[in-house]
Amino acid sequence: MDITKLTAIETKEIIKKRELSVKELIGSYLDKIDSVDKEINAFITLNREEALKNAEKLDKKIKNGQSLGALGGLPIGIKDNIVTKDLKTTCGSKMLENFIPPYDGKVVEKIKKEDGIILGKLNLDEFAMGSSTETSYFGETKNPINMEMVPGGSSGGSAAAVKAGEVLLSLGTDTGGSTRQPAAFCDVVGIKPSYGLVSRYGIVSLANTLDTVGVLGKDVEDAAFFLSTLTGFDPLDSTSSESAKGETIRESIVNKNDINTIKGMKVGLPKEFFQTEIDKGISREVNKAIKILESLGAEIEEISMPYLEYSLAVYHVIVAAEISSNLARFDGIRYGHRSEDYNTLDELYINSRTEALGEEVKRRIMFGTYYLSKSNANSHYERALKIRRLIKEDFDRAFGKYDILLSPTSPILPFKFGEKMTNPLSMYKADLFTVPVNLGGLCAMSIPCGYENGLPVGLQIIGDRFKEANIIKAGLALEGGLKNGI
Amino acid sequence: MGYKTVIGLEIHAELSTETKMFCSCTNAFGGEANTHCCPVCMGLPGALPVLNKKAVEYAIKAGIAFNTKINTKTRMDRKNYFYADLVKGYQISQDTIPLCGEGYTEIEIEEGTKRVNLQRIHIEEDTGKLTHTMDGDTLIDYNRAGVPLIEIVTKPDMNTPEEARLFLEKLRATLKYIEVSDVKMEEGSLRCDVNINVVDTETGLKTNITEIKNLNSFRGAVKAMEYEEKRHIDTLKQGQNTLKETRRWDEVKGETISMREKGDTADYRFAADGDLAAIEIPEEWVNEIRNSMPELPHHKKERFVKEYALSEYDAGVLTASKALAMFFEDTVKLLDDPKLVSNWVMGDVLRRLKDDDVEIEDTKLSPKDLSQLIALVKSEKINNNTGKKVLKEIFDTGKDPETIVKEKGLIQISDESQVREIVEKVLEDNKQSIEDYKSGKDRALGFLVGQVMKISRGKANPQLANKMILDIIKEKY
Repeated sequence: MDITKLTAIETKEIIKKRELSVKELIGSYLDKIDSVDKEINAFITLNREEALKNAEKLDKKIKNGQSLGALGGLPIGIKDNIVTKDLKTTCGSKMLENFIPPYDGKVVEKIKKEDGIILGKLNLDEFAMGSSTETSYFGETKNPINMEMVPGGSSGGSAAAVKAGEVLLSLGTDTGGSTRQPAAFCDVVGIKPSYGLVSRYGIVSLANTLDTVGVLGKDVEDAAFFLSTLTGFDPLDSTSSESAKGETIRESIVNKNDINTIKGMKVGLPKEFFQTEIDKGISREVNKAIKILESLGAEIEEISMPYLEYSLAVYHVIVAAEISSNLARFDGIRYGHRSEDYNTLDELYINSRTEALGEEVKRRIMFGTYYLSKSNANSHYERALKIRRLIKEDFDRAFGKYDILLSPTSPILPFKFGEKMTNPLSMYKADLFTVPVNLGGLCAMSIPCGYENGLPVGLQIIGDRFKEANIIKAGLALEGGLKNGI
Repeated sequence: MGYKTVIGLEIHAELSTETKMFCSCTNAFGGEANTHCCPVCMGLPGALPVLNKKAVEYAIKAGIAFNTKINTKTRMDRKNYFYADLVKGYQISQDTIPLCGEGYTEIEIEEGTKRVNLQRIHIEEDTGKLTHTMDGDTLIDYNRAGVPLIEIVTKPDMNTPEEARLFLEKLRATLKYIEVSDVKMEEGSLRCDVNINVVDTETGLKTNITEIKNLNSFRGAVKAMEYEEKRHIDTLKQGQNTLKETRRWDEVKGETISMREKGDTADYRFAADGDLAAIEIPEEWVNEIRNSMPELPHHKKERFVKEYALSEYDAGVLTASKALAMFFEDTVKLLDDPKLVSNWVMGDVLRRLKDDDVEIEDTKLSPKDLSQLIALVKSEKINNNTGKKVLKEIFDTGKDPETIVKEKGLIQISDESQVREIVEKVLEDNKQSIEDYKSGKDRALGFLVGQVMKISRGKANPQLANKMILDIIKEKY
């Protein structure tokens, strides 16, 4: 039996029943990584020695009759823009090629506390800017479904590693779709929780009013279970919510086999989404998934959300503005790359940043600097914030009536390497359906719902802020429906 | 021809909270370089700020003390610029909505009371500190990075360097009084920038505003302002105008030196800091803070005048330091004669404090000592001069006045027969002085009393001696 084919929940059972030691489990995963990752390149840094040492510790714990934490022994990968103590954190950039953080991010701390085993750090677009993982300084990650295709991004390493069986669970981040879109491209489940549900402490900021952690797993239950171990108010993150609790998530998993959970659930289909240009195969598979949910008792209706069409523009302005400020700290003074070629302080800044930051990063910093400058702030940044509020109000109205909203995760299928690199605008379009969710601070999941030409299609299930239970219920129902061939 | 000088000030004061503004690092001054640091105040990737409530509370206290409006809804903004002492590439500060809006304070100038209006007080984080070495290296200490600051901006309401000095003194005393800042210029916990220009009152011509930086003491600030005032007037006299520029005060040369010309002002690309939630200041909280605050100097002064029937001047001196005011009040509680206590404190006690350059709380004199001492004098157990000697003895030894008087046998001789004996002897020995007195030389009487005091080793009751001399001269001579 190939142990890496099991889900996290199944693996947990095996460990619990002592059919397998944690060290054997971790050994199998490290073997898998050794055999496939040369080609897939999901990992930037492998945490081999530490992982084996921790596995032994857990085995000793089991031997002593102690029980393990919720993630007891499970092999986990972490996107490389989440800081890990004493373990290199590069953000996929030359700037942080050798940066070893002196502290753990809150989510990392929680994983360690719950006895998860961190196998290493996963590839991403540089500073999470991109939708294909092609902008990483450490090379592109391949899509395990089809090695000629991009895995999506920016959490491409996180999605590919789960799909290829290199880890059981992985952490991504999601600022405009960076967890959901690669989940869709790599045929796994990805959840972007509501803004404030999971602490951002230790997540290297891209656009800090939109950033959230993301979780990826083989199926809904794995991803939801993983998420439930990470939630909660964090006094170190002023934007984390007091009402951020994991209980409702765990409750929604418990009833996973109850076929009636979504009977009467109100489902809205934003027509502005479905009227845009969508790949035909994606439309077909998404419509099939909608039919399945309907047959399970969900009540489907079309709705209109007039401000959605401005989402991409608003998102682009806000993200660039926040990036230009958030990335200012990478100046070569205290850590990170410092140019050897400088005479003045200004030259030190300019040359270090010129040498160590990639094209896409520079492009967005320049846009953002422009949008925030005195003469443009009103017409760009401030206006974007106003429209963002209108979009949020659209969502508030929708969730006054509906429990969840549905859309494709991406309007396009996984594409070939290099296909969109020369045209940033066409790349930005891949985030069309995912971006509004971040603007509204909402939660959403991407769940595999079919194939077109052998390439996976993802359905996006959107829930109101802190209503993760609704999207998980719907996801579990759809998964069951697809499995049983409804 | 006349000139009017216009001065506005920008003052940064470090708040003396236990911890820094956005993390739990200590806010203690000094320490080995880069030891009071953590991921947050070093601006490491992923670290997030959490606002220190105490810093907000301290800033509100300052706002209340300077009669400002406290904004109930405010927020932190990012001020974006690059500099080596700035860890994140932006300073967390406040732009459009400061915590405290307009306010004022009053200063006492020769012409009377003058109001200086404040534009705003906002909160922000301090930066690290750069040290330039002799070999051209720059060392950075981030211990100061993230220390909470208030920036106080005045309106251009001061018209002489002296007025600016008075304002700075008032500001320093007030911040110290309400215990929100150490206000030590030499440690950098109080820093001041000056904006100054001059108007020709006849023609209305104005010079461009000069900003003066690098002022390390109030005295330096006054000198720099005087220097600039003259430079601006001279420039106008020559029919020219000053440049709009930032100048640095060179203490050694005693002159200001141009640092940079101010073209268009820098674009800091201010934007709300999304890492920190919007700040709401409930009115109840402000009231709570207001009620918990010590009585402010000017309120205390008014009360002293009313309650203790002191002169404006005396009340002003007594309330200038919180410790001195408390010492006075504690003494009055033990000896209910405010005027007398005030005389003692304002006289010999203050002189001694000034001579030794100490604060009242650092001396061996307690309110109980002083009240006992005054009681001894008041009841004529010792005379006034002896009292002064006893006071000195208390300062030196810390012994209580009763003990000192007993040990040194200083009890005043008020027994009439004892004094009479001495007086008779003195008159016997100084016939010439009696004659002098009789022929109208009043000074002779003083000499005679002095002799009595001398023989009694200062213990004779001088009033009694005086009276007795006159009586006996009348009787016998």
